[in-house]
Amino acid sequence: MSAGAQRRWQGLLFVAPFLLLYCTILIYPLLKGAWLSLYRVDLFGGGTFVGLGNYDRLFADPVFWRSMANTILVTLMIVPPLTIIALALALALNRATRGAAILRGVFFSSAVLSVTIVTLIWRFVLAPDTGLLGELWTAAGWTPLPFLSDESLVLPAIAVTSIWWSVGFPMLLFLAGLQQIPRDMYEAAALDGAGSWTTFTKVTLPSLKRTTILVVMLQTAAQLQLFGQSQLLTAGGPSGASRTAVLFLFESAFGRWELGYASAAAEVLFLLIMVVTLTQYALTGRPGADDAR
Amino acid sequence: MPGLQLRGVAKSFRNTEVLAGVDLDVGPREFIAFLGPSGSGKSTLLRIIAGLEVADAGEVTLDDRRIDGLPPGQRGVAMVFQHYALYPHMTVRENMAFGLRNARVPGPEIDRLVADAARVLEIDSLLDRKPAQLSGGQRQRVAIGRAIVKSPRLFLLDEPLSNLDAALRLRTRVELAQLRERVEAAFIMVTHDQAEAMTLADRIVVFNDRRIQQVAAPMEIYARPANKFVAQFVGSPAMSIIPATLADGGELASVTLGDGTRIDTNVPRASLPPGQCLELGLRPEHVRVAGHDATARATVNLVERLGDRSLVYARLEDGLQVTAEADGTTAAKVGDTVGLRIDGAAAHLFGPDGTGYHRAAAA
Repeated sequence: MSAGAQRRWQGLLFVAPFLLLYCTILIYPLLKGAWLSLYRVDLFGGGTFVGLGNYDRLFADPVFWRSMANTILVTLMIVPPLTIIALALALALNRATRGAAILRGVFFSSAVLSVTIVTLIWRFVLAPDTGLLGELWTAAGWTPLPFLSDESLVLPAIAVTSIWWSVGFPMLLFLAGLQQIPRDMYEAAALDGAGSWTTFTKVTLPSLKRTTILVVMLQTAAQLQLFGQSQLLTAGGPSGASRTAVLFLFESAFGRWELGYASAAAEVLFLLIMVVTLTQYALTGRPGADDAR
Repeated sequence: MPGLQLRGVAKSFRNTEVLAGVDLDVGPREFIAFLGPSGSGKSTLLRIIAGLEVADAGEVTLDDRRIDGLPPGQRGVAMVFQHYALYPHMTVRENMAFGLRNARVPGPEIDRLVADAARVLEIDSLLDRKPAQLSGGQRQRVAIGRAIVKSPRLFLLDEPLSNLDAALRLRTRVELAQLRERVEAAFIMVTHDQAEAMTLADRIVVFNDRRIQQVAAPMEIYARPANKFVAQFVGSPAMSIIPATLADGGELASVTLGDGTRIDTNVPRASLPPGQCLELGLRPEHVRVAGHDATARATVNLVERLGDRSLVYARLEDGLQVTAEADGTTAAKVGDTVGLRIDGAAAHLFGPDGTGYHRAAAA
């Protein structure tokens, strides 16, 4: 064996443990899912090959399309406000005081809760008769709004719940990004006569470009897979108004036991997430290409 | 009064006092170097002038305008930072124009000013690059360019050369000297490199222990250090300081060392404080390794050969350390006993409180 080939084999050995794990728990299920989507198969028996039959059925299924539309809508309702709120929190809490440290912990604490707890809390907040918002509405002399049973209010309600749950981690990313900005850059801006708004838009924001792209990409990919909140708060209701794509494929797979059909839906969702992420990546340019210091 | 005046500037961080009642006057086109060890307060003073730190007490006046209450951008000063602090997401052109934009200078005027500064600094070809695409020396020029375009009345340079390699540092030093000829402004440069301070500055301000130790022209600082700290901080290698006793004699003071060596200095006896306990200060170039006309003997500890000359670190017979100079080709080696010829006429004396006494100034 030549020295070069030997080096390659040695290198491969080093990455082998990871590659093995990666193939077993990521690549294999992905391929298996794609393969399943070509079969009519349930949990208990073998499958029958149906080619693209599952996809034909899927694309003609109004319930699937509604769940996709809901998913995209709720993602749009979550990601922009979430990014802005996380940034605002990070800016407000980026100081070395005890109070800021405590508040950082408070705002991050929601992120460590399980979705079950989160939805339980928000049930108490959103329930029209006994919930916090209901009480407030009543106190103000208004009729309480049925946030979870009105078709036009349920997605915003789920969006608010998700933002509350997810804001901690992006806030931390922004805080880390803010702390990467050297202090002398702000001092240079002060000597350049920049006011606080100019400093924010011309120094802080551009320096956070990479972090912002990261937050938006991660959150988009995560929220397109929104499931627990809609399953636990409303079970997709009322009349499918909050059924998301993952809830749809959960119901198909574990409600009606149609594994092949659910796999086809999963493949379509996978494709959507991939296209959205790659588009974001392409539109924002290679992150960090030009702002290395 | 034009120029910069500092009156009673004091600053503490929490309970640590870093500057105690500093007074200083800087002329309108003067180049001043702040020289001192780390933590001596020189950078803090620069930042107080810039407005990046707020003094606890005192006044800062620039060209008859009190500036210590003004925000940094309105003081008429520009600063070159040690790590350049260029905006990484802006091109060189945008970096240089940023301050002018904030000052609402009209666009065509900005273009002209940036182009002029770029030509002077020979960075015309870099205007559309970003800082990440520049070398250290180029970034340094951009940082200087960013300061020049604002036509400040005072340039503040915070260790501007410390991030450059040795060759580039020498070149930039020359360029800074040329720059100050072209620019109608005063310069204050913080440095802990005495060669930079000596070569660039009209006057050096030596800092130590929260206070200004001496303000004087470079050669004056070297030849007539105000106290023991300045004497030992300026000059490389440092001046040797040896305890000495005032001896009887004429108008000029003579001292005897511990080993009995008598040294006749040119320091007027009348200028000395009462008492006999003094310290003798000798620069290496005034202590020569000599053969027949030696006035003292010493044992060699270390020889540093610099090519044109050698530095000999030696111990006098009573054990005191002294640094001497020898020819580049000296045969002296560790453990040898050598003769030293001490040039008493160039020697300095220090009183018990550290104050320096020197030969009478040339009339």
